Amino acid sequence: MTRSVEVLRTVFAGRVRHEGGRFPLLAFGAMVLVFLIAPLFIYPIFLMNVLCFAIFACAFNLLIGYAGLLSFGHAAFLGTAGYITGHAAKMWGLPPELAILAGTFAAALLGLVFGMLTIRRQGIYFAMITLALAQMVYFFYLQAPFTGGEDGIQAIPRGRMFGVLDLQNMMTLYFVVLAIFLAAFLLIYRIIHSPFGEVLKAIRENERRAISLGYKPDQYKLIVFVLSAALSGLAGGTKAIVFQLATLTDVHWSMSGEVVLMTLLGGLGTVFGPVIGALVIVALQNYLAPIGAWVTVVQGVIFVACVLMFRRGIVGEIVAKVKSRSSHSK
Amino acid sequence: MTELLGISPQALFGQLLIGLINGSFYALLSLGLAVIFGLLNIINFAHGALYMMGAFVGWYLLQYLGLGYWWALIISPVLVGLFGMVIEKTMLKRLHGLDHLYGLLLTFGLALIIQGLFRNQFGSSGQPYVIPKELAGGVNLGFMFLPLYRGWVIIASLVVCFATWYVIERTKLGSYLRAATENPALVQAFGINVPRLITLTYGFGVALAAFAGVMAAPIYQVNPTMGADLIIVVFAVVVIGGMGSIMGSIVTGFGLGVAEGLTKVFYPEASNTVIFVIMAIVLMIKPAGLFGRTA
Amino acid sequence: MNKLRTTLLAAMSLIAANAAHAEMSGNVVKIGVLNDQSSLYTDLAGQGSVVAAQMAVEDFGGKVNGTAIEIVSADHQNKADVGSNAAREWLDVGGVDVIVDVPNSGVALAVNEIVKEKNKVFLISGAASSALTGEKCSPNTVHWTYDTWSLANGTGKAIVKTGGDSWYFITADYAFGHALEKDTAAVVESNGGKVLGAVRAPLNNADFSSFLLQAQSSGAKIVGLANAGADTTNAIKQAAEFGIVAGGQSLAGLLIFITDVHALGLPTAQGLIFTESFYWDNNDATRAFAKKFAERDGGIHPTMIHAGVYSAVTHYLKALAAVGADSDGKAVVDKMKELPTEDPLFGKGTIRADGRKIHDMYLFEVKKPEESKGPWDYYKLRATIPAAEAFRPLDKGGCPFVK
Repeated sequence: MTRSVEVLRTVFAGRVRHEGGRFPLLAFGAMVLVFLIAPLFIYPIFLMNVLCFAIFACAFNLLIGYAGLLSFGHAAFLGTAGYITGHAAKMWGLPPELAILAGTFAAALLGLVFGMLTIRRQGIYFAMITLALAQMVYFFYLQAPFTGGEDGIQAIPRGRMFGVLDLQNMMTLYFVVLAIFLAAFLLIYRIIHSPFGEVLKAIRENERRAISLGYKPDQYKLIVFVLSAALSGLAGGTKAIVFQLATLTDVHWSMSGEVVLMTLLGGLGTVFGPVIGALVIVALQNYLAPIGAWVTVVQGVIFVACVLMFRRGIVGEIVAKVKSRSSHSK
Repeated sequence: MTELLGISPQALFGQLLIGLINGSFYALLSLGLAVIFGLLNIINFAHGALYMMGAFVGWYLLQYLGLGYWWALIISPVLVGLFGMVIEKTMLKRLHGLDHLYGLLLTFGLALIIQGLFRNQFGSSGQPYVIPKELAGGVNLGFMFLPLYRGWVIIASLVVCFATWYVIERTKLGSYLRAATENPALVQAFGINVPRLITLTYGFGVALAAFAGVMAAPIYQVNPTMGADLIIVVFAVVVIGGMGSIMGSIVTGFGLGVAEGLTKVFYPEASNTVIFVIMAIVLMIKPAGLFGRTA
Repeated sequence: MNKLRTTLLAAMSLIAANAAHAEMSGNVVKIGVLNDQSSLYTDLAGQGSVVAAQMAVEDFGGKVNGTAIEIVSADHQNKADVGSNAAREWLDVGGVDVIVDVPNSGVALAVNEIVKEKNKVFLISGAASSALTGEKCSPNTVHWTYDTWSLANGTGKAIVKTGGDSWYFITADYAFGHALEKDTAAVVESNGGKVLGAVRAPLNNADFSSFLLQAQSSGAKIVGLANAGADTTNAIKQAAEFGIVAGGQSLAGLLIFITDVHALGLPTAQGLIFTESFYWDNNDATRAFAKKFAERDGGIHPTMIHAGVYSAVTHYLKALAAVGADSDGKAVVDKMKELPTEDPLFGKGTIRADGRKIHDMYLFEVKKPEESKGPWDYYKLRATIPAAEAFRPLDKGGCPFVK
């Protein structure tokens, strides 16, 4: 246990290794700017939906992009946090910041349980067992009275954050959600580029060699799994406050599939990819909603196209093009 | 009527029977999945959507061409199997050599496309499909009333499952298949057209799914979402049975159907999760599955 | 500083001018029809409700006090999150003033909250849960066509009185099913019957075999189907397969629509007894409505939900014309409660303080095949339940703002 704490410390201590020169800073600045101006032109609820899913996709990307583990059950964390946050805010009367924290913590706990059961498996088996565990969670929530089953937890109060910020006001809520997103994004960036992240990459590249160097892969994988679950929970809890609703949709396996799609489309293992992926998919769902089932078809086509042709995703392809151009010109 | 543990025999046998019926579908579908995984190492997420296609082809045959159930049982698997072979040749082949997870993602995407297209056309409520009149009605067994059609489902599935097992484990064609799984290059060197074998195998696995779809049509209604939630359960069955094991999927399929039925009698709230709980336990004790060889 | 002051003054005069005008927001009255357009409740509401709304707008003249009326529609897919997101976006940025229909009580409860929060109007025709005029009542909501209490009171009482005194429920596992089961169980027990048990089935379930078996083994005289749409028709068909009725038990369809009877066919559906608030063949006015509706909806005859949408929208437009402005939803609903409703489709009625619309309910029985003169001629009237007795008394609902 103490070993894990020491490993965790390497996330925050130690030097962060930036790569790609100025590019990440510029891109980050651009992203912040876009999200600051957007609510003036675009329905803020839509934007908040994008931001929540962006957190979810970035959290998922931690696991697949940097630890090489494809989880097909991440909806369990999103949905669990949604239910716990909803219950905490509605039934226990917790203020929004504590409710969201409760949701995040619940998701982290679930992540620990899932992680301990699955971390020794790889590849297909890992995906299958996460899927099955998530299904168990789904059916548990279907039965449990506190979730409201098919109806969900409704009328979740938004409350006042820290006692001052009135979240009923759409713009106040938006900037709070934006702040949460940026904090999560920076944390994930930190995790990826810290010494902890370096070891993770090493394990992904060549597990045997990492072991021979004295690292314990299972420990690292478990920690990143819990981090990924916790941040997914942050997304779920925030979403519950924004939409004032927590339903079975958030724990269904199709939601697990959606986050895979967002990350794949944006670019596995890239920093900004999941954000772009989330934006595209949420926008798709929103604007194609009038034509109902076509959303599913388009998502399927994107999946197929990405797997067959654009395995690196949008950001991945852009990065690859930029790199090849810069190496050509040399 | 004597009671067993507080449950009447009527309830117990009734649920056991329904469990066997569900188990028939689990067995047929996991058989197809096991065949495909055994040879292609692909988790065919599209299996549920192809099962649904099988049912819809059967419905279409009846609705527009007047071809009844018995025709559908033959035509539908052939048509959908051909469709499966096209998928394999145009898309799955390209993933050969890549991480197996890409196969999972590709077939997941295919499932979304197929299901979405059907949902677009038909909505997500079911189309009715009448029970063929030869199998209508039922027989009163004393402890319950057994509809003939449901009895037929159990028998037909058992026959098809064991026929498939026999072909794969006991015939020459089956031995080529099993050899190609172990060492495709060597088998190719012996003059066997391995890529064609793979395409045919995928087609066969898909045909099994379509067959199950036609059988399901009179019971479960022909519905674009009929495969979606079923496929997850079938995955669990395949994993428990052992990913590439034919006998494993058959036995596990029927067995888990019965387990589910029993749970419904004694502890109904858990009936949805019992299969997954069993899967979690099996994966922790015997990771390769009950009948699987350690990978 | 001067610039700021002039800007403020200009803004204030604009606001004052608007308030004095009391006009329709966005210069249009937008009606949003939200229901299930692709799943198990498509036939009983679906596109038909949009047609009914259009007919209501046209019959009203197409305009309210000179302002044009527009109709938009969306599919909630029976999901509370899809429905509430659609409602929220409609009310926030879509300029929609009134949301209509919403079958699926779970979605309706969610939309109920949003409409209340944004002070618009919610006219419920499709949803059934009596909680909508009970603990969850809202000053912005009118619950029109029927509710679970009136169904239980009609069908439940009638069946118990004719000897069906032991019941087993097969219930759709969400707000509607729970409410219907609860209300019917209460009626059964208060009329001397017994509830032997219940089993919850998922919404949009295809295979009822295991639930029917449990109903069979309970030995109850009546198997109560607390579900609707395709769930009910599937259960009835499969009950026939498993010899439920042949074995001596009777089915009670607690919520049946004419589209269900049409889907089942008279041979299967004959003898079913249930409660509805509208039948197209009741009188000349309803027949005329049905004829026009069928022409516009591919020959399908209107269900009580379609009729409810028509009447509710008509009454809303009347009240809106009297109030003059659509921005304050509560004011329009108050006007709707003030004006009595005289309706070609539902007869004389009123809207109560808790939002419950009061009108007669009818107990129908499905005709035998030989009694029917043609398609859609399916019902015979068994009894009329007068408006005063048909709905839950105002003081029994637990509605917070009615004391």
